[in-house]
Amino acid sequence: MNAAPSDDAEPLLRVRGLKVHYPIRRGALLQRTVGHVKAVDGVDLDVPRASTYGLVGESGCGKSTFGRAVLRLTEPTAGSVTVAGTDVLALSPAELRRARVSMQMVFQDPLASLDPRQSVEAALVEPQKVHGMPGGPTAWRKRVTELLERVGLPAAAAAKYPHEFSGGQRQRIGIARALVLGPSLIIADEPVSALDVSVQAQVITLLEELQAELGLTYLVIAHDLAVVRHMSRTVGVMYLGGLVEEAATEELYARPLHPYTRALLSAAPVPDPEVEERRERILLQGDLPSPAAPPPGCRFQTRCPWRQPTRCADEPPPLRELTGGHRVACHYAEEIEAGTLRPAASAVA
Amino acid sequence: MSAAADARRAGALPVPPGESLLSVRDLRVQFVRRGAAPVTAVDGVSFDVGAGEILGLVGESGCGKSVTSLAVMGLLPRRSSRVSGEVRFAGRDLLTLPQQQLRDLRGRELGMVFQDPMTSLNPVLTLGTQVTEVLRRHEGMGRREARERAADLLRGVGIPDPARRLGEYPHQLSGGMRQRALIAIALACRPRLLIADEPTTALDVTIQAQVLDLLQQLVRESGTAMVLITHDLGVVAGLCDRVDVLYAGRVVESANRRDLFAAPRHRYTQGLLGSVPRTDANGKVPLTPIPGSVRDMLPWADGCAFLPRCHRGDDACRTAGIDLEPRAGADAASTPPHRARCVHPAGLDDAPGPAGAQPAGAHAVARPDGAEVRP
Repeated sequence: MNAAPSDDAEPLLRVRGLKVHYPIRRGALLQRTVGHVKAVDGVDLDVPRASTYGLVGESGCGKSTFGRAVLRLTEPTAGSVTVAGTDVLALSPAELRRARVSMQMVFQDPLASLDPRQSVEAALVEPQKVHGMPGGPTAWRKRVTELLERVGLPAAAAAKYPHEFSGGQRQRIGIARALVLGPSLIIADEPVSALDVSVQAQVITLLEELQAELGLTYLVIAHDLAVVRHMSRTVGVMYLGGLVEEAATEELYARPLHPYTRALLSAAPVPDPEVEERRERILLQGDLPSPAAPPPGCRFQTRCPWRQPTRCADEPPPLRELTGGHRVACHYAEEIEAGTLRPAASAVA
Repeated sequence: MSAAADARRAGALPVPPGESLLSVRDLRVQFVRRGAAPVTAVDGVSFDVGAGEILGLVGESGCGKSVTSLAVMGLLPRRSSRVSGEVRFAGRDLLTLPQQQLRDLRGRELGMVFQDPMTSLNPVLTLGTQVTEVLRRHEGMGRREARERAADLLRGVGIPDPARRLGEYPHQLSGGMRQRALIAIALACRPRLLIADEPTTALDVTIQAQVLDLLQQLVRESGTAMVLITHDLGVVAGLCDRVDVLYAGRVVESANRRDLFAAPRHRYTQGLLGSVPRTDANGKVPLTPIPGSVRDMLPWADGCAFLPRCHRGDDACRTAGIDLEPRAGADAASTPPHRARCVHPAGLDDAPGPAGAQPAGAHAVARPDGAEVRP
């Protein structure tokens, strides 16, 4: 729906029914499998070329696992992942390694994802060497210099080590490392959440500029609703391993339909006292249920202020399309939007 | 409200007339290391908090906000830090108080909530032991009485099934639950002052909303004075009565929250507001980041510490002793006065900066009232 005009038909990233289940094993010798943690439990999404998909959710909802499974950094249990027409899950290890040239990841904590004993230049030359990029050492180093300049670091940065940089600079290195092979898909897992507010804005702006210049496709995974809103064209909201709502960004924030999305948005603080005083908060009771034993029926029913005695408890709501591209997994989305169903009084503050 | 709260506590010292419950004057903290120049983390910070008030201390990492709170509580290591100035709590200077008396105050009249509940709870003691410990030490309760009171406290902060939880260890609780337990401990003796250092930073937004709600209720109902330390301007906007913005160890702007968000004066505050995307913006508003990082700073002795990152700064800023004061008549008339430590305050001196420099945060001030988010 939001694809660039030339690639309307084929999204760069297409995910269907992706599941990641971790077995829970008991016993020292026999290792019986007594259950599964359903970290990701059947997610479908499309990311058109050169656009940004924002995946938002709270800790434990499976959003990071989803990102890693798309790149096969974690092996998915079931489903399919297609990047530019290639079925990623069918690739052999050698083919997968070659395919990684076009799909890269930016991690949350750049200090943990960069080798402390490797200079920045070495860290950026290595992937080019491993993947046999054309040109040899001189060309590789030239590319490093160009990239560092592009992400806003001085040329002198090449000889330094990760600990010599501030958080924001390290994230710039992380971005340069992801870009060095010229990928088309970048999965950014909480790219700015470890950074100070003023530096967050710098990194977001850099990612936007790079996208415009290089035609990159982003899957941005974050818990910060405002960051996701700012960066994405389409936003998906995840809860307990599944998508509960998906829509074009403006649409989702203006007209949240799923009770969980509504609660999330009402809880996100806005830096404006006027708005804060007028707002009604929907307070959710309790905590996220264990993904090893998700509730039957709707996965949100244990905390939902709009929970109804029928359907919610026994019938899992499918992610269904309501209006042009706005998908929601709730039996009562229409009634809730129309206001004919009211939330439990205790949930509104 | 405050009088009632004070009267409830037998033995609590009265606040001298004309003074706030907590009054910090010219607080200075230096860290000393042999063979290295001392590092000044807090450089002359002053603020007051009265009963039933919430003061926000806002700043980015390294601005000295956490060190300020530790200094107030007397929790900095004596060997490696030098603390000077005055921290008057109900008429006494906490900095010169003997250790024994300070220990009687902490946990009883002074409560503190830290950012990370996992590292501030003892992993090998049950929750029950950790909550009752405070009650037994400060209130002289017996084991059973303390246990009952502890269960009440946990219920009060919204922990279901408290009797069972008291027998559990911190790792058995979720992050939100741990943070609530920590708040319960801090509130066990109904402190007159609560310092909350990033109490919700480690939590998810829906849990954050629950915890902030709880803190606000507490202040409203019991007249506790609260200092909320945070980097999150959204949390400040919803919760604090007054806000002090810290940069490089000094307060650079101080105002009630309405003034601060409506017309930020210091260029740093303005830049911060221009750096945060909002969930309620009308259409896509471009961000206006502050260039550089907190490392790029000038020593205060040479001028404004923010100058290297400021788009409006010029040679007039290269002077020591830029005071924190009202920059316009209306600012002086506000209660409390809206003060800023800036030579070219925003909204009052908007001569164009260097070519191409977009006034940071301009959109945050003149924001079109976008579609707000409400259920």
